[in-house]
Amino acid sequence: MARTLLRVPGTAQRGEVVEIRTLIQHPMETGFRPGADGTVQPRDIIRRFTCLYNNRPVFEADLHPAIAANPYLTFTFVARESGVLAFIWEGDNGFSQTETRALTVA
Amino acid sequence: MSSPSWSRCATERRTLLGGLLAVTLLRPASAAPEAMAQAIRGFTGGAVPQPGGINLEIPPLVENGNAVPVSIEVESPMTEAEHVRAIALFSERNPLPNVLTVKLGPWSGAARIGTRIRLATSQRLMAIAALSDGSFRLAEQQVVVTLAACIEG
Amino acid sequence: MNHPWTGPRLARVALLLAVAVFGPAAGPRSGFETMSPELRAMQQDDLANPGMLHVAEGEAQFQQQGCTACHSAEAMQGVAARYPAFDAARDGPIDLAGRIAQCREERQGRAPLPREGKEMLALSVFVAHQSRGLPLTPNPDPRMEFVRRQGEALFRERRGQLNLSCGQCHDDNAGRRLAGSLIPEGHANGYPLYRLEWQGLGSLQRRLRNCMVGVRSEPFAPGAAEYIALEAFLAERARGLVVETPAVRP
Repeated sequence: MARTLLRVPGTAQRGEVVEIRTLIQHPMETGFRPGADGTVQPRDIIRRFTCLYNNRPVFEADLHPAIAANPYLTFTFVARESGVLAFIWEGDNGFSQTETRALTVA
Repeated sequence: MSSPSWSRCATERRTLLGGLLAVTLLRPASAAPEAMAQAIRGFTGGAVPQPGGINLEIPPLVENGNAVPVSIEVESPMTEAEHVRAIALFSERNPLPNVLTVKLGPWSGAARIGTRIRLATSQRLMAIAALSDGSFRLAEQQVVVTLAACIEG
Repeated sequence: MNHPWTGPRLARVALLLAVAVFGPAAGPRSGFETMSPELRAMQQDDLANPGMLHVAEGEAQFQQQGCTACHSAEAMQGVAARYPAFDAARDGPIDLAGRIAQCREERQGRAPLPREGKEMLALSVFVAHQSRGLPLTPNPDPRMEFVRRQGEALFRERRGQLNLSCGQCHDDNAGRRLAGSLIPEGHANGYPLYRLEWQGLGSLQRRLRNCMVGVRSEPFAPGAAEYIALEAFLAERARGLVVETPAVRP
């Protein structure tokens, strides 16, 4: 399991634009870099990030090798109802990780 | 063009951007190396993006190209009728032109994203927003990357 | 304007300004201060600082590796600010990673962890992070004095094919540029730190090794006494700077 750091407000007003920040531990190996032995390191990146809000996608991102190691993403969405946020990272070599957070909308 | 939430720096940048775009418009997509131009055509479906209404924030001088903070903000009410569908970022001189593509919608509330990117060398970056009316917006920035003197041996 | 205090007051303001502009008589200056605003922001925001991922990993390791059987995170406060220390049992100096290794191997009787491995780095950064914001106060043990002098001698010794000492860059030419990069004073007040060059977290010894390779000299063996002596001198040299662990550097 990769370590993640998420900034997600626990509560929000209905209609409020909420800003989310995510950071995940991942080398984002580009596939262009020679290793210590001189051979090119195979690509190993996170290709896709999705944020689901009560199972509906509110943010989808396609990541390429130019995204820095330990990908950092910030985005917004409108708080409509209380529920669950799921953050999903998927990538090369079967990488897949999901984190969930509860959001209470007043 | 102007929104109170945008910084003064952004305003100055837009003035600079205006100048850059004047040059760009005289020499359209061909000014960009072919790979970036092609990637942009893939995103816009051949439509010509118009400058303005989008802000690409990136430090003009970078100490290390391994993690450069970038933020992109598009002016839009983000309503059902009028919103940003997607934003894409392109690099001119990285091994690959595509950097990041995100999907947004009226549920986003704002068209504002941030990330950290790699820059192989000094170059031009382009951010393009796809709007709900089928049009495209464009912003570009020139970044100078100073390479580290002492790299790991 | 013709108030009798105006004159001396102005002079005092001018003096204060002079101190503010030219700095006090040369205290150590953290590399943090010479970084770009973007990198400073990255370090200062715990949700943007990638080093904090390793602190989170270290917090988990601190539990998993059984450290909590004897120690609490709170008790680790200030520890990193006074290392390296003198270890009576080995009759010599020991750095923080060395102490963690000693605890594990001698007290827990477990297999050593690789010094630059994920677990050791995570444990070190977690323990050092507990001292963030505290000033470096090198160990007052008189037996450390000799170690510091050894470290200073190494710092001033020319080495490698480029025939350069640490001091020639980081004392004599700090603030100037080597190619496009600013030469920092080279203070060790944020290790282990997240270096963009590494795209990851690394130890002070790794950084010292980088510099040694940079001047084309043979690096010391990992954990060598020379490194510990250098660490002890660097701690004294940076006395008063606050611990920034996990710092971010270009």
